[in-house]
Amino acid sequence: MTYQMTFRGAAVPAEPGQSVGAALVAAGILDWRTTRVGGRPRGMFCGIGVCFDCLITVDGVPNRRACLVPARDGMTLGDDAGDTVGREDGDAGHV
Amino acid sequence: MTADLVVVGAGVVGAACAYFASLAGLRVVVVERGALAGGTSSAGEGNLLVSDKEEGPELDLALYSQRIWREDLGPHAGLWEFESKGGLVVAASDEGLASLRELSVHQRRCGVEVRDVARDELRDHEPHLSPGLAGGAFYPQDAQVQPMLVVAHLLRLAREAGARVRTRTEVTGFLRDGDRVTGVRTTGGDIPAGAVLNAAGTWAGGVADLARVHVPVLPRRGFILVTEPLPARTIRHKVYAAEYVGDVASSDAALQTSPVVEGTGAGTILIGSSRERVGFDRTVSAKAVGTLAAKAIALFPMLREVRAMRTYLGFRPYCPDHLPVIGPDPRAPGLWHACGHEGAGIGLSAGTGRLIAQALAGDEPDLDLTPFAPDRFPVAEEALR
Amino acid sequence: MPDTYDVAVVGAGPAGLAAAVESAAAGLGVVLIDAAGQPGGQYWRHYDENHARPDDRRGHHGLRTFTRLRERLDVLIGAGRIRYLPGHQVWLITRGEGGEFTLRLTPTTSPATDGTDGLSRAETARALILCPGGYDRQLPVPGWDLPGVMAAGGAQALLKGHRTLAGRRAVVAGTGPFLLPVATGLARAGAGVAAVVEANGTLGWLRDPVGTMSVPGKGVEALQYAALMARHRVPYRRGTVIREILGEGRVEAVRIARVDRADGRLAGPEEEIAADLVALGWGFTPSLELPLMLGAQTRRDVDGSLVVVVDDLQRSTVGGVYVAGEATGVGGAALAVAEGRLSAVALAVALRRAPESSREAVTAVIRRLRGEIRRGRRFAAAMHRAYPVPVAWTRWLTGSTLVCRCEEVSYGDLVRACRDLGAQDARTLKMLARPGMGWCQGRVCGFATAEIAACLNRRETTAEDLRPLSTRSLAVPVTLGELAALADDAPGG
Repeated sequence: MTYQMTFRGAAVPAEPGQSVGAALVAAGILDWRTTRVGGRPRGMFCGIGVCFDCLITVDGVPNRRACLVPARDGMTLGDDAGDTVGREDGDAGHV
Repeated sequence: MTADLVVVGAGVVGAACAYFASLAGLRVVVVERGALAGGTSSAGEGNLLVSDKEEGPELDLALYSQRIWREDLGPHAGLWEFESKGGLVVAASDEGLASLRELSVHQRRCGVEVRDVARDELRDHEPHLSPGLAGGAFYPQDAQVQPMLVVAHLLRLAREAGARVRTRTEVTGFLRDGDRVTGVRTTGGDIPAGAVLNAAGTWAGGVADLARVHVPVLPRRGFILVTEPLPARTIRHKVYAAEYVGDVASSDAALQTSPVVEGTGAGTILIGSSRERVGFDRTVSAKAVGTLAAKAIALFPMLREVRAMRTYLGFRPYCPDHLPVIGPDPRAPGLWHACGHEGAGIGLSAGTGRLIAQALAGDEPDLDLTPFAPDRFPVAEEALR
Repeated sequence: MPDTYDVAVVGAGPAGLAAAVESAAAGLGVVLIDAAGQPGGQYWRHYDENHARPDDRRGHHGLRTFTRLRERLDVLIGAGRIRYLPGHQVWLITRGEGGEFTLRLTPTTSPATDGTDGLSRAETARALILCPGGYDRQLPVPGWDLPGVMAAGGAQALLKGHRTLAGRRAVVAGTGPFLLPVATGLARAGAGVAAVVEANGTLGWLRDPVGTMSVPGKGVEALQYAALMARHRVPYRRGTVIREILGEGRVEAVRIARVDRADGRLAGPEEEIAADLVALGWGFTPSLELPLMLGAQTRRDVDGSLVVVVDDLQRSTVGGVYVAGEATGVGGAALAVAEGRLSAVALAVALRRAPESSREAVTAVIRRLRGEIRRGRRFAAAMHRAYPVPVAWTRWLTGSTLVCRCEEVSYGDLVRACRDLGAQDARTLKMLARPGMGWCQGRVCGFATAEIAACLNRRETTAEDLRPLSTRSLAVPVTLGELAALADDAPGG
């Protein structure tokens, strides 16, 4: 069987055993969040859970690593408000 | 190389003293055994607080420093991300609120701005605060800076005024003429100087020892937790529990934690603060960071599911009476101190630098330095070391 | 309070699998903790076994070793001699008064909210064998944050672990022999590989007499890849680097240029190659957060990476802490297996679990493993010398090139922090300009930032530069809820 997930309203199929990120890439979706400062598109980079570039909201839970989360039938992906809300101040360098 | 003033230590206090002394026309050399802001200055939150101080010389210095930050240093505020965010102190119980109100009465008398915040107004200030709190007080003067940038820019400005900064240069002894200190010996050679300022922070006791005078500065360890970036203004002010004031003033060696929670421009939330006397132990204490997290969640329940990305620790330089040491040392003429600011060094550095520069120039300092005298410690307390 | 194991093995890649199996075989009580859902690590990554297909493991090297270790693991788990905890990451290790280690675990993919829901947990052990492995080392290049640019190992992981081809027309770039299996893997899966862009010469280590003689099988492996490259008509562009990655919103092309063989300075005409996937790798970065958390001594290895100092029994400088695999120096799976085995045997001897009767046999095993490790190290060193990170690599950067992807810190930001603000080392640079302060905590930009700090201050990179960007107070992010659970229950406090 093939799983069906939803990304920003569109259907994304996944093979059982694939990660959420792999299913998105296989569907030709290469980016699913934008950066805080430059608003740049980001998707998969390291592919193994190290870089946190592929963060995504999965079923309402923000900032999960798409490359690690296994795809499941019926998942809702995206709407990652947590990382894209505009900031009113600069990039203060608090350590 | 000779100098009018050698500053030992390139932390925030050393940088502020070097800056103001250079502006006053002194030829300044800063010597630092490690890197810029390599000690406690890079291990804090960058607080400029008046809210956590009781009536007394430290509050006077904090209020004086507020003026220096906003006026003398005001034109540079953007360089170090000065943010006048305000502090919100909250009390969990009616008794706690009563003592907070009493504290604020004294503080107002000294010139601190305080607004009482009723129980049902708390969430107007901080929407995510726990609903169960009794009330609080808002301190609009409380502010924040990025301390590493303060140090780097103050030293850059000092260099532009003629100062020299020598990192990776450790003071190994003092040049003497009888009792008088006439310079420093360093791993990079001798530097004769008209005056030497000990601004070595938590390590200032060791520098004083080299001059054969005793200054009882001890390390008090603290942890800070840093969360994942959250949307802007999730937490708007510096928010802390009223018990923090008591913990700061306490001399207990055991672990004390009082939650201090604030957002940063980078989106991360900083969570302090713990205090314990464990020497210079750098291992992560599960108990300390666990307690910080638990108390932060008690203030802001939404933090439970927010992730911490890292924790860092530092060693506050503290003296037995919790006051800094600022001024000339009569036991070794030519030697000055500006150290022991405990957890308030970032905020107090501006005032300290200005006062030191005034006194070095032979002027009457704007604040009386007597409460901060280096030789004020009774022999009995010295024996505690 | 949970049971105390004789040893906790962290990581179930080649080193960790070998360490766990060998420890249990010697009679030690073992807990094996691994971030992944199934054993194998990055090297033996394979598709979810619950949904396996016969062709999933095509192109895997050393599969026989894996199969054998895997069978032994299953038997030992079944016999209750190894407790296997897949899908968990260790985020904190503390030490109790009795010297025992407490490891705090968090589930890799499902977020735990506190310590009471059964998801977050602690294990204690008398000794540790840390086998954390590593990941692709990266050098920033203009445009490397465009979607469609991946770590070489990431493109390979998508293939091996998820049957997903990350693009139709790929350029594989960087340096080192690992680029070859990535390129041939992509080609075999049906992608066009427009070029392998290799900064150094080709297969230089084959001409290194000491290195090649050390591990004979490696020469054969290289020739196999060369044959595959030829069969798929993959152009191998030696002495070239990607100058810039181009595209609007996603990768469309790369611009490559020839570099000087001696130091990597840009030397030749530029050329544009169309691509929708760029896979980058400059060797590997070992994961050192756990050894560093415990205070283990580290050094800078031949390839410039920070690695843990171990003795000839895989012991780190911290009592009871053994380290095996890439964390002691990047050297590949066969070497990692030997190190994992040696650490287990050495630990069993130290705990007096090696049977008296077989003392001579144990001595012989140790001698043989040490020989294997020595030869493996010699080979690895020859390989590192043949595929260095070019000395002049920072000259490829422009002011606006991102170095830290998380905090979006550019090379220009770093230059200003060094030149204007006086940052002389990587730690100060990090504090002033924020590289390494974001989600990944310096895992991706750490090596580059350390090199940039040194280069801007006109000196060689040192271990001191690498350490602050390899040290992580929490090995992975955890919820404050999980942290709060430490407040009441903090052995090793």
